[in-house]
Amino acid sequence: MDLVLVNLIDGLVFGLLLFMLSSGLTLIFSMMGVLNFAHASFYMLGAYFGYQISTVLGLGFIGGLIVAPVIVGVAGAAIERYGLRRVHQYGHVPELIFTFGLALLIQEMVKLFWGQNQIPYFEPSYLDFALFSVGDNAIKAYKVFMIFISLLIFGGLLYVLTKTRIGMIIQAALSYPQTVEALGHNVPFVFMGVFGVGSALAGIAGVIAGPALGTFPGMAFTLGSIVFVTIVVGGLGSLWGALVASLLIGWMTTFAASYNIEMSSILQGIGFIKPEDLSESAFQDLWTLTLPQIGPILPYLLMVLILVFRPQGLLGKRES
Amino acid sequence: MKPALELDDLCKSFGKSEIIRGLNLKVEKGERHAIIGPNGAGKSTLLNCLVGKLIPDTGSVMFDGKSVLGRKPHQINQMGISRVFQTPEIFGDLTVMENMLIPCFGKRDGAFELNAMASIDGQKDVIEKAEAMLVDMNMAHKRHDHSGSLSRGDKRRLEIGMCLIQEPRLLLLDEPTAGMARADTNNTIDLLKSIKASRDITMVIIEHDMHVVFSLAERITVLAQGTPLVEDTPEKIKGHPKVKEAYLGEAA
Repeated sequence: MDLVLVNLIDGLVFGLLLFMLSSGLTLIFSMMGVLNFAHASFYMLGAYFGYQISTVLGLGFIGGLIVAPVIVGVAGAAIERYGLRRVHQYGHVPELIFTFGLALLIQEMVKLFWGQNQIPYFEPSYLDFALFSVGDNAIKAYKVFMIFISLLIFGGLLYVLTKTRIGMIIQAALSYPQTVEALGHNVPFVFMGVFGVGSALAGIAGVIAGPALGTFPGMAFTLGSIVFVTIVVGGLGSLWGALVASLLIGWMTTFAASYNIEMSSILQGIGFIKPEDLSESAFQDLWTLTLPQIGPILPYLLMVLILVFRPQGLLGKRES
Repeated sequence: MKPALELDDLCKSFGKSEIIRGLNLKVEKGERHAIIGPNGAGKSTLLNCLVGKLIPDTGSVMFDGKSVLGRKPHQINQMGISRVFQTPEIFGDLTVMENMLIPCFGKRDGAFELNAMASIDGQKDVIEKAEAMLVDMNMAHKRHDHSGSLSRGDKRRLEIGMCLIQEPRLLLLDEPTAGMARADTNNTIDLLKSIKASRDITMVIIEHDMHVVFSLAERITVLAQGTPLVEDTPEKIKGHPKVKEAYLGEAA
């Protein structure tokens, strides 16, 4: 029972982290009609900037948490305004290639400035203690802090999108941008803002996830692929879908990693007889498989199943 | 009196094909002016040039004595030009009321105002205005319905209301009755006629359906291959040999 609770907390932390990335990505996708491959790169930039500001510049962790996302957000808005918007007129494929190139560019820049290896970016000492424990498992204060920040952002996003004028215009512009424009709203400006805010959210995720998951040049690619899975599973363009899918994948991967269910017991349970000598068996790998081993591929498996049986995603509305 | 809309020697080509060539057009204030013509005559291109979606190669577009060229679509809207799209492009995920609020905000706040983050519920002036327009449009009882579930006629009615709430001086209508049932078409015609009676709005209507054209228009321009063939009152246009030729030519 304790293990279930600990996994629920860990999965929530990871799921909410995924949501901070997938929410921005899914909004940007609905507006531009193009997946932004560089989205997770903004997450990585957030972590590196957070490190630079908090330790090297000495502004402390909170300083990094405030300043780094602002820098990332402004950079994102500038990239939309002076890069993507110009490429947009040539169609979707050049846009995709542009964001793909941008992701590679950011990764190489990060390597250039901070090196190939993981950098010593840690949680602040005042959050590095056990807040409470579940059975024998101590729950770090930093984890609770991560949950708190993520929920705060989720609440803020929900408020802005459903209660404010700009939120209503964004929702309208998701379906018919040119109509909103014809009704007197500066839609390109709104798009730039959404791109900037989406990038800043990814930046915040980077600042708080950097110490927990490690800050290294491959972090964008590692998390980025799961973020894509998340928005496909949740339904492209659906914010609630992004939330559901993020939590689902968060819990799925953490639970899978901590229950050592062996394939041999499942196979024996459904009536197969385990061979005496496994090394002779053609199915040796299958017999020795464990759940933690296949945990990391479960999200991708889920995505394939969703694409086959519900192509529009869990909460998506689009046909294509 | 100065015309509401004045086009002078407008040209627009895509690659080698000239869609609009040397088009001159004057629309007087308060007039319902229809532009008709066979497919490919350049009607939609012309409309897109008026709202800033396309930039003409040469020529000028003056609205109330001011040039609209070089302005962005939202800036042109703020000059007092509203457009009704060919297929009703209302926001299906939002309620009827929310749909009505969007043009209100566009009119009031323009491109960007810092109150963007303020709660909508607190902005009583806009809500009251939207409410009044829904009553005018006879849709107040549907204010909380999802607009995606409305009938085609109601969608068009809502869309026209969304344009009228901006109190435009020029209303551009791109085939306002396309794909509608006869009853809905007639309702839309009555609605557009009643607008003329209560508000002094200039209208430019692009339409295929001759029934609509002849029941609405006060003047008609016939467009063929990017230039006006004739411009006259509906009575004169009806029997005009050139018009017959252009349309019969298309049929054959």
